[in-house]
Amino acid sequence: MRLQIEGSQAVAAAVALCRPEVISCYPITPQTHIVERLSELVRNGKIGSCRFINAESEFGALSILIGASAAGARTYTATASQGLLFMTEAVYNASGLGLPSVMTIGNRAIGAPINIWNDHSDSMALRDAGWIQLHAESNQEAVDLHVQAFRLAETLSCPVMVCMDGFVLTHAYEPVDLPTQEQVDAFLPPYEPVQLLDPDDPMTIGAMVGPEAFAEVRYLTHHTQLRALEEIVTLEAEFLRQFGRASGGLIERYRTEDAETILVALGSVNGTIREVVDELRDAGVAIGSLKIGAYRPFPVGAVREALHPCRRAIVVEKDLALGKGGIVSSDVKMALRGLPVIVQTVIAGLGGRSITKASLFQMINEARAGKLDEPHFLDLDWDVIRKELARRQQRRRSGPTAEHVLRQVNSVASKMV
Amino acid sequence: MADQRIKFYQTGTFTAGNRLLDEDQRTVQARMERTNSLDSGHRACQGCGEALGARYAIDAAMRASNNRLVAVNATGCLEVFSTPYPESSWKIPWLHSLFGNAPAVAAGVAAALEAKGRSDVRVVAQGGDGGTVDIGFGCLSGMFERNDDVLYICYDNGAYMNTGVQRSGSTPPAARTMTTPAVGPRPGNPFGTGKNLPRIAMAHGIPYVATASVADLHDLEAKVTKATRIRGARYIHMFVPCPLGWAHDPALTITIARLAIETGLFPLFEAEHGRVVGRTTIRRKVPVEHYLKPQGRFKHLFGDPPARETIAAIQAMADENIATYNLLPAGVEDGLS
Repeated sequence: MRLQIEGSQAVAAAVALCRPEVISCYPITPQTHIVERLSELVRNGKIGSCRFINAESEFGALSILIGASAAGARTYTATASQGLLFMTEAVYNASGLGLPSVMTIGNRAIGAPINIWNDHSDSMALRDAGWIQLHAESNQEAVDLHVQAFRLAETLSCPVMVCMDGFVLTHAYEPVDLPTQEQVDAFLPPYEPVQLLDPDDPMTIGAMVGPEAFAEVRYLTHHTQLRALEEIVTLEAEFLRQFGRASGGLIERYRTEDAETILVALGSVNGTIREVVDELRDAGVAIGSLKIGAYRPFPVGAVREALHPCRRAIVVEKDLALGKGGIVSSDVKMALRGLPVIVQTVIAGLGGRSITKASLFQMINEARAGKLDEPHFLDLDWDVIRKELARRQQRRRSGPTAEHVLRQVNSVASKMV
Repeated sequence: MADQRIKFYQTGTFTAGNRLLDEDQRTVQARMERTNSLDSGHRACQGCGEALGARYAIDAAMRASNNRLVAVNATGCLEVFSTPYPESSWKIPWLHSLFGNAPAVAAGVAAALEAKGRSDVRVVAQGGDGGTVDIGFGCLSGMFERNDDVLYICYDNGAYMNTGVQRSGSTPPAARTMTTPAVGPRPGNPFGTGKNLPRIAMAHGIPYVATASVADLHDLEAKVTKATRIRGARYIHMFVPCPLGWAHDPALTITIARLAIETGLFPLFEAEHGRVVGRTTIRRKVPVEHYLKPQGRFKHLFGDPPARETIAAIQAMADENIATYNLLPAGVEDGLS
């Protein structure tokens, strides 16, 4: 069914079609519309006997899912930003125990300074926590990835995050094809747990493990991630067959044949990047783009194969490893080790700053001329930075940085750039 | 379940009295069909109050649930000593997730059972005082407030024993721990601190709250049995001495637990929907020195000269409990009635 629908409403509808049995949530912008809609669907009896629990925190929400999943239920939650960090301990625990929950991340910046807008700092902070991380480019893909995520999680007994850009996707109205219940049921069989809290077959789950076995247990969790590399490709093909549209997969190439320069990115910015590629191609520039759909497990082989013929890979990423620079670009460099490809890092879109075509054109021109600094901060106002650094030099009690920067740009925090 | 009481004056024990009780009232541990849910071979210290309390509590919960029980455990001594990988002392389905989330995990188990229509299976969550009154408090309050169908048992030994005896929000005033050392002008844990979790649980208005002690195992079993048969959020706060952390002779675990009751320092009571509905009266009030003296954690109170003001302050706490819960009703000499 094709609808003009808000991203969050579409995701809620998709989750409902997956027949979850326990949903537990704690509200945080920009995830709220998803869980509000799900609570309504549960109340109206539209999701069978599903229980919806208003948790006292994100840590509680995911902990509730840990118990529910161990008791054999299909489980779902959604969060973002500070909420994801607050549940960090449970995030690692769910994957360590091999409990296949699905969690939507409405990607949002992390404070301080507090900021509700989109970047990828939140899911990046937990990239190595043992959860599969799938990034949606559009709301259609967000819907499709949720259907795939439950199947993937339960096949592997491994939890999955479906990452979608906060506001850019969660609050955007786009045409979305919602699958039918029959289609989803045919794709997603009932959950069959590999471990279960069952009085008829009592088992101890979550025992203490010492040095004699810990490395082996952790390796097996890593091994599950490696298996996901194959499973994601299998599901992509099966999804195409059963639903008639391409969604998901490890990577997606765009006009990379004979490309000298390839832009690499995650999530919704790939739409803008494709327009930039098209316009530059029209102007005779040999350029293409590569979307990374599965960020964890990181598709080293697929990325290497896609990028190895090019001269220059420019990773446009909405995150910043403080004290280092790029996160995704480090992974891309690892994938390309030994190859003569220049990998450049572009930190962009932090805290919801728009990534405009004009800025991308200028950045690409500089990169092609060999003049791009590394890492490059797209649209960073160096004048503001210099003034603030000078002000800090003047006296010890220089005050809070964020407020002074806001005063300089003559703005208020709620005004989106 | 009407609680039948047997008087057995000569020994002051309930053991012999057990045979005089109606069949349904007899103690679970004395039955052939007891489940030994926390089986022998675990690594608890000699004289561990928590191991004893957990064994009685879980076997009672098993009997009350017709052996349809799932347990969730917070990180702590009970978790560590019962499940050194790949061994386990648990003969029931048992899940350990984290230190601070046992109430939420148990709420999740209960939700899953409800979604699947499994009303026959009951859920118990358990943790120490650190996991309950401190790090797990947010999740516990959430579980209470939502009235999730979980029985939570706190084994209170008044400090973080598993990590080597550090202060918790349940450490009593004046007690020495490794982070409230017995040095300086006011040695030990400061007065005016700490949480009374049974009262906080009652403030949530949940169906059932009780205190219990390993000094009265029959009463402990009866409370767990009653709690297991109630639906909604239930809380039992159990007094469990720790010979290691309290620095007492392991043979004195029960004695010290009994002295805590008889001094009034640990009142035994039950509450339903926020109101106290029953308490165990004291047969013979004992001065707090009798309770404090055998414990190394209070040794600094009995130097030369003794810390009379501090001991008096602890006595005042005991007296206040006795007044609050009416533990010494006028004219009643027999605490068993």
